[in-house]
Amino acid sequence: MSNVLELVNVRKSFDNELVLNDLSLTVKEHTATVLIGASGSGKSTLLRCINLLETIDDGQIFLDGQEISDPLISVDEVRRRLGMVFQSFNLFPHKTVLENITLSPIKVHGIAPDQARDQAMVLLKRFDLADKADQYPDRLSGGQQQRVAIIRSLAVNPRVLLLDEITSALDPVLVNEVLSIVRDLKHDGMTMVLATHEMGFATQVADEVCFLESGMILERGSAEQVLKNPQNAKTKDFLKRVHEAGRL
Amino acid sequence: MLNGPDQQAWSPSSRELERRNARRQISRKQITIAGISSVLVLGALYTLIITSPGWQVVKDTFFDLDYGREVLPTVLRGLVVNIQLSFIGGFFIAVIALSLALIRTTKSAALTPFRFLATAYVDIFRGAPLLLIILLVGFGVPALRVAGLTSNVIVLGTVAVVLTYSAYVAEVIRSGIMSIHPSQRAAARSLGLTSGQTMRFVVLPQAIKRVIPPLLNDFVSLLKDTGLVSILGVTDAVRAAQINASRTFNYTPYVVSAILFLLITIPLTRYIDRVIRRSSAKQNSEGAI
Repeated sequence: MSNVLELVNVRKSFDNELVLNDLSLTVKEHTATVLIGASGSGKSTLLRCINLLETIDDGQIFLDGQEISDPLISVDEVRRRLGMVFQSFNLFPHKTVLENITLSPIKVHGIAPDQARDQAMVLLKRFDLADKADQYPDRLSGGQQQRVAIIRSLAVNPRVLLLDEITSALDPVLVNEVLSIVRDLKHDGMTMVLATHEMGFATQVADEVCFLESGMILERGSAEQVLKNPQNAKTKDFLKRVHEAGRL
Repeated sequence: MLNGPDQQAWSPSSRELERRNARRQISRKQITIAGISSVLVLGALYTLIITSPGWQVVKDTFFDLDYGREVLPTVLRGLVVNIQLSFIGGFFIAVIALSLALIRTTKSAALTPFRFLATAYVDIFRGAPLLLIILLVGFGVPALRVAGLTSNVIVLGTVAVVLTYSAYVAEVIRSGIMSIHPSQRAAARSLGLTSGQTMRFVVLPQAIKRVIPPLLNDFVSLLKDTGLVSILGVTDAVRAAQINASRTFNYTPYVVSAILFLLITIPLTRYIDRVIRRSSAKQNSEGAI
């Protein structure tokens, strides 16, 4: 399996606060890498740096062997190969579900509108949202909106899907309908990096779990190792707190 | 739907009937108070005006019905000029203002000098009184005597109004663009859209929708401010009234002109109020976005 994504000694700070501290990470093709850790540990920043929404202060990021942290590279071209799903969905409220999904395929990837719509409908049908195609996002439940957001980023066939706490804004009942899509994608072999607080879910999909604290990966390994048998004291402490909050 | 024996058999309890009775009495009392106070205040105003020593003169020089009817067609023809000016000017204002707003919000390095110019433009034309701009353009441009430059007062007056209103409207549009949450931009960029595509397909459509109410307000202001070009000698409604008034020393044409403007602007503002109410209700239902 080849390395799709490689982060080498990545450093990022906001206003003198170090958010990513010499962080290195390798993501292999068809694997799911799950980032866990408390709020503010750097999970979201890590994903935003990969997507070039943030500029790193030092280190390197490679996508399929190409250095994308090079300032001379075309950010638009890089982002065409990455999909990102946000905690707050960020659907375009003035566009219908179908228009949200087909915007990038038509305008960025130059796919014919009819073809883009057909492809979008295939995805919508697969995830039971076909009847919502012509609705505006504010008519949908949070879970439906987030599923549409996932489909929107899938529609451009990304090399890697970045999922940033995609269930944190949802009530517990809706969480599962979103996570089941991610399970399906994992089954399809989609390469994913996801930040989550859902430890049970992490156990199901993760090929590798990374525990982040103060911008560093303190512990990494299989879900079994990190979540069931943590070695690092801070990982143990974090998991204990999560457990007390009833999420494991 | 609730049904069943309880639902059908329900009749208000005696306590509820008493409460309804009490509410009726309160509202009857309030209607009486509102009526008495209105009659008193309006009556006092009416008496004050009618019994004032100059009323007869004011009535003859400002509210001469027969004369008003006589000048109505002339003033109305003038008003058509105001309306034409508003629509033609409005078109150019929209184009220039949108360009200014886009230039001011772009980060493109190549447009840096234009960004400075646009900022200076907005500062100047938003800050200077419209009347001064009209005078400067109306009398200044012909004085240049550049071949090909028009000295047509209607054109020059329109140009002056367009210059000023473009600055106002540019700021309204820019505030709309700034009000779109950064997460919308992040979502669009992460889908691979360029910054230009993000502006065109994601930010601008939402921004314009949001500023339609203030833009309509500006249109009402534009309509009445076109009356200022009369100072250059354009025969609009104000100027038509002025000509007639100075001929007869009867000021009824001014009142006729004012009423004609109000006949357009009041319904228009009522309509805008409705648009604003509707859009704010909709935005509230959309929640945080």
